[in-house]
Amino acid sequence: MAETATTLPPAQRAPRLDVKTVLTRHGAWIALVLLILVNLVITPNFATWQTLNVNLTQVCTIVIVGVGMTLVIATGGIDLSVGALMAIAGALAPLIFLGKLFPLPHPAIGIALAFVVPVLVTAALGWFNGWLVTRLRIQPIIATLVLFIAGRGIAQVFTNGNLQVFNLPSFQFIGLGRVFGIPFQAILMVVIVAAAAWMLRRTVFGRQILAIGGNERAARLAGIPVTSVKQRVYLISGLLSGVAGLIVIARNSAADANLVGLGMELDAIAAVAVGGTLLTGGRATVLGTLVGALIIQLVRYTLLANGVPDAAALVAKAVIIVLAVWLQRQSHR
Amino acid sequence: MNTTSLRIFQGIGRYGVLIALLALIVFGWLRYENFLGAFNVLSVLRYNSMFALVALGMCFVIITGGIDLSVGSTAALGSVVAALLSPYGVLPGLLGGLAAGLAVGACNAFIITRLGILPFITTLATMLAASGCALLLAENQSVSVSYESGFTELGQGDFLGFPIPAWMALFAYLVGSLVLNLTSFGRTVLAIGGNEDAARLMGLPASRVKALVYLTSGGLAGLAGVILAAQFGAGQPIEGVGWELFAIAAVVVGGTLLTGGVGSVGSTLAGVLLLGLIFNILNFENGLGWISLSAYWQSVIRGAFLLLVVAIQARLSMRTEEAA
Repeated sequence: MAETATTLPPAQRAPRLDVKTVLTRHGAWIALVLLILVNLVITPNFATWQTLNVNLTQVCTIVIVGVGMTLVIATGGIDLSVGALMAIAGALAPLIFLGKLFPLPHPAIGIALAFVVPVLVTAALGWFNGWLVTRLRIQPIIATLVLFIAGRGIAQVFTNGNLQVFNLPSFQFIGLGRVFGIPFQAILMVVIVAAAAWMLRRTVFGRQILAIGGNERAARLAGIPVTSVKQRVYLISGLLSGVAGLIVIARNSAADANLVGLGMELDAIAAVAVGGTLLTGGRATVLGTLVGALIIQLVRYTLLANGVPDAAALVAKAVIIVLAVWLQRQSHR
Repeated sequence: MNTTSLRIFQGIGRYGVLIALLALIVFGWLRYENFLGAFNVLSVLRYNSMFALVALGMCFVIITGGIDLSVGSTAALGSVVAALLSPYGVLPGLLGGLAAGLAVGACNAFIITRLGILPFITTLATMLAASGCALLLAENQSVSVSYESGFTELGQGDFLGFPIPAWMALFAYLVGSLVLNLTSFGRTVLAIGGNEDAARLMGLPASRVKALVYLTSGGLAGLAGVILAAQFGAGQPIEGVGWELFAIAAVVVGGTLLTGGVGSVGSTLAGVLLLGLIFNILNFENGLGWISLSAYWQSVIRGAFLLLVVAIQARLSMRTEEAA
């Protein structure tokens, strides 16, 4: 599965086929397969459409946000603001299509704007994160901490903290719609993962991202436009957070600024880490993030379906994260 | 840039938080009648001493170049354990909460120094685990403390007319300041943050000191949890969300560099008081009804304030770099 990991510079070591290498290289995939096998044996009604649907719909937003996070982490940064940005997008969209922000000439325009404006706003806020990181040279964890603290507040100020309930099938298609029986959000997720994976591996921009994460100074000296690349990466992360925010509110038929995207930054970072992206930057795998998110979701589902309380699932998640990163470290020794 | 203005800039950088704190106090004093009244001052101190303890641990962690994201849920776990043990007396409650914090700190120390995993990801994981343990122990609800045992005195009581939590925080900061500035442990903490490899090559016990720093941070968070439980009369498994960010913000506002190697215990205390007073002033505004400020604006203003401080710090450090 060497093609799932994009490394710059490419690993030149001769492939050794011992157990440890296999485990560390493909640990995430092996874990995923094992999880599915274990579930087939112990979890009742596991092999049903219902189960697949539940898990798919729960994992989509984590993956979509995780893709942006993967790119940010690949440059050696981090984005703590993703959950807050989801809340902002989630708060804005109903305000727009319910006509509370400005009068609507036609409902269709409202729905179109409700898709576009929130995502543009979160993209702009992502760009702002990037601006803080690149122009003011503030560490990413602190720069994005600003919106982590203020972002949810902004969303709450927009809505006065109220729950916005709606029933609008044409907007909610993004969260509830199906194409040939497949949830639309799952298709969206696959498209985003494929596009990001292709971009990271095949385009100049992708190479530049990895080069910056590998060694920023060297990348700068090599003439890579570090500032603009980083800025775009944070922008993408903000944009994808906005999309995820829209999916969440569409799914719930309600927007709650207090809850949309709560804790999402942790889930996304965990998915990235479990998936095998180096948290120090320079090596990234978008497919890995997808697998990481699936693992985390499946573990939680397995525990819940077998009667273990949700709180214990948190402890399990913690153990998985540490184990995954530790294994990852072994392969770089 | 000439040396005089450079010196002024460095001065602002070093004492900026103190200047801002003084300005805020003067503003509050001029604007509100009861701002410097004993009741307000003591309640600010009582409430913020929890955050002060957590921020002190965070200060040491950040000086070594690390970060501890687990402090919030560690405090929550500490509060639950303390509440569960409070029927047996004050001391079991206190020691139980402390032990819970130390246990999380020990996990962090082991994973970071032995398994060699980044502090950021380690403490992220222990944050989840501690939160899960707190929920499991408390069975998803808050745990009332026993009022008969006198445990609540730890949070609500006074000693020599001064809140007990504030005494604890004061004592911790005194010890912390002495340790950082006068002991070889403190010098090693600073050396690790400056350059860990160099510190190791010089024969400093880098791993042991780092382990102790995370242990301390966990213990202080546990103690904060004890105060939380005593102050509000209940162990709160879901409290502590965002405490780590408050602590990081306080440390950063206090001028400690997140890259490690530089930092001050006193400035961290000033940072805690500054952030605490902003909240206090916002509450005054609310209480007097002069502006209709919803609770939601508070986080916006806090974020904007953090932005302002880090932006100024970034500008100053850039100028110093250019001049150097």
